[in-house]
Amino acid sequence: MTATAGTLTPAQTQGLIRRLTALADDEIVLAHRGGEWTGHAPILEEDIALANIAQDELGHAGLYLGLRADLDGSDPDRLAFFRDAGAYTCTRLVELPKGDWAVTMLRQFLYDTFEALWLDAATRSTYAPLAAVAAKAVREEKFHVQHTALWVERLALGTEESARRIHVALAELWPHTAQLFQPVEGEDELTAAGLLPDLPAVHARWHDLVTRHLQGRCGLPLPATADAGAGRDTHTEHLAPLLAEMQAVARAHPDAEVW
Amino acid sequence: MTPTVTHATPAAIWAALSHVPDPEIPVVSITDMGMVRDVSVDGGRVTVTFTPTFSGCPALHVIRDSIEQAVRDLGVADVEVRSTLTPPWTTDWIGDDARERLREYGIAPPAPAEHGLIQLDAEPTRCPRCGSLNVRMTASFGPTLCKRMYVCESCREPFEGFKSV
Repeated sequence: MTATAGTLTPAQTQGLIRRLTALADDEIVLAHRGGEWTGHAPILEEDIALANIAQDELGHAGLYLGLRADLDGSDPDRLAFFRDAGAYTCTRLVELPKGDWAVTMLRQFLYDTFEALWLDAATRSTYAPLAAVAAKAVREEKFHVQHTALWVERLALGTEESARRIHVALAELWPHTAQLFQPVEGEDELTAAGLLPDLPAVHARWHDLVTRHLQGRCGLPLPATADAGAGRDTHTEHLAPLLAEMQAVARAHPDAEVW
Repeated sequence: MTPTVTHATPAAIWAALSHVPDPEIPVVSITDMGMVRDVSVDGGRVTVTFTPTFSGCPALHVIRDSIEQAVRDLGVADVEVRSTLTPPWTTDWIGDDARERLREYGIAPPAPAEHGLIQLDAEPTRCPRCGSLNVRMTASFGPTLCKRMYVCESCREPFEGFKSV
């Protein structure tokens, strides 16, 4: 049984909108953090790689907001550029400052493995438009995982200083990962209907994969797992300045049509 | 100005689209890349459906405009360009002839696309200049979303390789 926008119940539509927006918000904010390295990355190739990854993440945000637009007629550009921090629903993991290279690569790795596994599960969604988007995006995401997994390994097994930095990064970021697997309001019903992936199952696969890589391959001891804490409407102090920078041009020229 | 309405045939439209270059790799066309999925003619109205290669590709609007213009150049006034994600584009759709032109241009064509999720080892890639498989990837993201950077250990030539997607 395949669902379409027309066959969803109002509650399902609202739940789907919340999940799609959460995904898009994570991607937009993480892409901005990636973009902050443009012109500053350690080597030219990595400057280009992070810009590529950020571009892909923005592409995925566009796909998720496109799905949302089909449900409620919202304008993706307005959602990205005219919502304040209080209305954004990104996780705290992605809004933390870019930090050093270890923080950047490890965060991207932790997020990319989540996104790749979530998308892999979403290819089996009974909501056909989501399944199509997932099949598209998962092919791109695998390159991010390959790239960032290698960097985490290189830093962990590199010099004393690189290992020290990746240890510090893991201690800082790990407690924030649980929030990625926190359901949005109404999500359980959507999962039961086969519309969205089962988050605990994705979490188990994610935990297995990152443990094998971080602990098994890179020799990094994992910190204790934290609970997700507050929901996606509670942000760190870092999000508002990020949005102020990201939205400045759009808000200064709200009627601009050619960028 | 009165638009001239011609009844272009699907074959003529496909032929016109086969001359629309990929904006980032002009040695191949959008039909060579397998991006054009469908052409339909309904009276004077032409609908072209294409599949984007990468979701974040910055050239999408250029491709869309080029398709529309190529059809208009046939004298068709009523053109609609649609995009579809289903089935998702894969490098397996790139034709043999286009692969050879990519190679001659200095870009290693993509290997058959694998669908496994996590592959820490990149697919085997052949140097487009000397044909050696003794190559080393120097950057997993190249100047465009679809390419990676390599250097050939046999002929010492640096080159770009198409990702298998």
